[in-house]
Amino acid sequence: MGVAVEVSGLSKSFGSQNIWSDVTLTLPPGEISVLLGPSGTGKSVFLKSLVGLLKPEKGSIVINDVDLVTTSEHKLYEIRKLFGVLFQDGALFGSMNLFDNIAFPLREHTKKTESEVRSIVLEKMEMVGLQGAEGKLPGEISGGMRKRAGLARALVLDPEIILFDEPDSGLDPVRVAYLNQLIVDLNAQIDATFLIVTHDIGTARTVPDNLGLLFRRNLVMFGPREQLLTSQEPVVRQFLNGRREGPIGMSEEKDVAQVEAEMAALEARGGDSHNGVGPKGASGGDAVPPQLTPTEGLPERKAERRRQERVARMLHEFDEGTQEAIRASLPEDLLTRADSGAFEPTRGAGGRHWAPEPDASPSGSTATAVLPRQGGEG
Amino acid sequence: MTATDEPKAPGLLDGKFSPTRPLAVSGNLFAFALDVVRALPKRPFQLREFIQQTWFVASVTILPTALVAIPFGAIIALQLGSLTRQLGAQSFTGSASVLAVLREASPIVTALLIAGAGGSAICADLGARKIRDEIDAMEVLGISPIQRLVVPRVLASMLVAVLLNGLVSVVGVAGGYFFNVVLQGGTPGAYLASFSALAQVEDFWSGELKALIFGLIAGVVASYKGLNAGGGPKGVGDAVNQSVVITFLLLFAVNFVITALYFQLVPPKGQ
Repeated sequence: MGVAVEVSGLSKSFGSQNIWSDVTLTLPPGEISVLLGPSGTGKSVFLKSLVGLLKPEKGSIVINDVDLVTTSEHKLYEIRKLFGVLFQDGALFGSMNLFDNIAFPLREHTKKTESEVRSIVLEKMEMVGLQGAEGKLPGEISGGMRKRAGLARALVLDPEIILFDEPDSGLDPVRVAYLNQLIVDLNAQIDATFLIVTHDIGTARTVPDNLGLLFRRNLVMFGPREQLLTSQEPVVRQFLNGRREGPIGMSEEKDVAQVEAEMAALEARGGDSHNGVGPKGASGGDAVPPQLTPTEGLPERKAERRRQERVARMLHEFDEGTQEAIRASLPEDLLTRADSGAFEPTRGAGGRHWAPEPDASPSGSTATAVLPRQGGEG
Repeated sequence: MTATDEPKAPGLLDGKFSPTRPLAVSGNLFAFALDVVRALPKRPFQLREFIQQTWFVASVTILPTALVAIPFGAIIALQLGSLTRQLGAQSFTGSASVLAVLREASPIVTALLIAGAGGSAICADLGARKIRDEIDAMEVLGISPIQRLVVPRVLASMLVAVLLNGLVSVVGVAGGYFFNVVLQGGTPGAYLASFSALAQVEDFWSGELKALIFGLIAGVVASYKGLNAGGGPKGVGDAVNQSVVITFLLLFAVNFVITALYFQLVPPKGQ
C-alpha cells in the first residue's frame, strides 16, 4: 500500500511574491488525487515542494513521520526514493537512449546485474506500451512517447508515491484517454499513492478518488471527487464547466460587480446546463460521471474499498448534494453501517479517515479534508 | 493570519539593487565550491562520467590550445629576439623565452582555453539539462547532481588543464625555437644551451599548479552557472556568457596572487 502524504499549513513565496499560503491537504494512501487550478497558481511549485526540490517557508509535509520541510538533505535523498515523478516533458536524459534512461535509477541505486536490470526495464516498457523503442533517443520520439518513457522511469524503483505534472499536456484526446486508463491500471497493479496536476476536466471528472482546486494563492477545496463535482462554490463551478463567467479572469482576478453581472447573464441563458460543451473536457451540468475502472483481467483497485470506507466515515460532514452523490457510489453494507451510526465520527483524527483512530478525541478540532471556503462559510 | 502574512504584490525592485547582493552571489558560489569538495570523497566515484568528460573537455580544447600556443611562443620569441640584440644578450634568448613561456604564457593560454572552450561547453551542457528539468528529475530519483555530474566535470577540467599546460609549454617552446632560429637567424646551439641558465624545474611545477587551480575554478564556476540557469534557452546563453566572464576575472586575479607568492617562496636561480 502506498504511503500517505500529509500537508499542513504550507506557504511558499518567491521573493516578495506569494505563490500560495496555508495549503492543508492529505493524500490518502493508495488513492488517486487530482489537483486542479488555473494556469499560474503554482501547481507545479506545489509538486516540486512535495519532493523537496523547493523549500516552503512555513508548514509541514509529513511522509512516513518525516517532515520534508525541515529534514536534512541526506534524509531528503532517502525519502525521495519513495517518489516517482513524471515531469511535464518527461525530463528524460537527452544523451541516453530510452533503455538507459529507464535503467538509470536501477543502475544508480541497486546492485542488480545487467540481466536483471534488462528484464525489469523491458517489463516496465511493456507496461507503458513502449516495446521496441529501447534504442531511440528522447529527441527522436513524439511527446506522448516521451511522457510514457518518463512514466516508465518513474515506475522502475517501485515507488510508493507517484506525482504527475500535467500528463495530458501536448497530447491528443485519444492518447489522454489511453494515458488515463494506464494511470488507473497502474494504481490497481501497484497500489501507490497518486497525485495528478492537470488542467484537463475530463481527467479530473473520471480518474481521481479525490479532487482539489488551487486558486488565488489558496487551496479552495480538497476532498472526495463527489464533493467538488457537486460543489456550488463559484470558482469550482466555473473551472469544472470551463466557462468565462465567474471569478477566474484572464489575468488572475476580476472585480465583484463584473462577476455578478456575468453570472446573471449566464442564469438568464439557462445556467450551466445550457452552456454546451467547454474546452478540455469541460461540459455543462454537474453530474458525477462514473469513475474509470481498471482494464479487465487486472486486479481490483485495493484503494477502492479503502476509499469507500473512508468516505462513509466522513459522510456526515458533507452537504446534501454531495452526500447523495457519495451514497450512490457506496456499496450496501457500508451504507447501512454509516446510517446505523456504526462508524464513529472521526473528528480530530487530523483528516485520517482511512483508519479508525482508537484514541481520537471527539473534542478535537473539526479537522477534515474540507477547507473553509473563501470569505467565510459559503 | 497576522498582517505580515498577507500575500504581497511583487515588488518593483525585489532586492535587485540591494547592496548585499554581490556578497550573497559570491557566497553562494563559494558554498557551491564547498559542496563540490564535500562530495569529492563520496562513493561510488563516477569513473565512467569522469573519463567521458575528460575526453570531451580534451577534445574541445586540444586543437585550439595548440593553435594558440604556436603564435604565442612566436610573439615571445620575436619580442625577445630584438630586445636581447639591443641589449647584447643574445646568448640568453633561449633562456628568457623558456622562462616566459613556462611561467606565464602557458598558464594564461591554458586558462583562456579551459574557461573559453571547456568551461563554456560544461556550462551549456548543464544549463540545457537544467531547463529541461533533467537536473530536477535526477534529484527526484535520489541522485545528487553534484556528486553525479559536477564532481567528474571539475576533476576532468583540472586534469585536462594540467595536461594542456604541458602541451602549451612544449608547443610554445618549440614555436619560440622555430621563430628564433629559422626566422631570426639565431644560433641553435646557443638557444638550446641557455635553456637552463635562468629557468628551473620549479617554474614548470608552478605552471602546472596554476593550471590545476585554473581547472578547478573553471569547472566550479561553469557548473555553478549551468546548474543555476533559468528562464529558458536565453537563460542558458546568459549563464554561459557569465560563466566565461567570471572565470576570466577570477583566473587572472588568482594568477597574479600565485605569481606573487611564487616569487616570495621560490628564490630565482643564481642567488
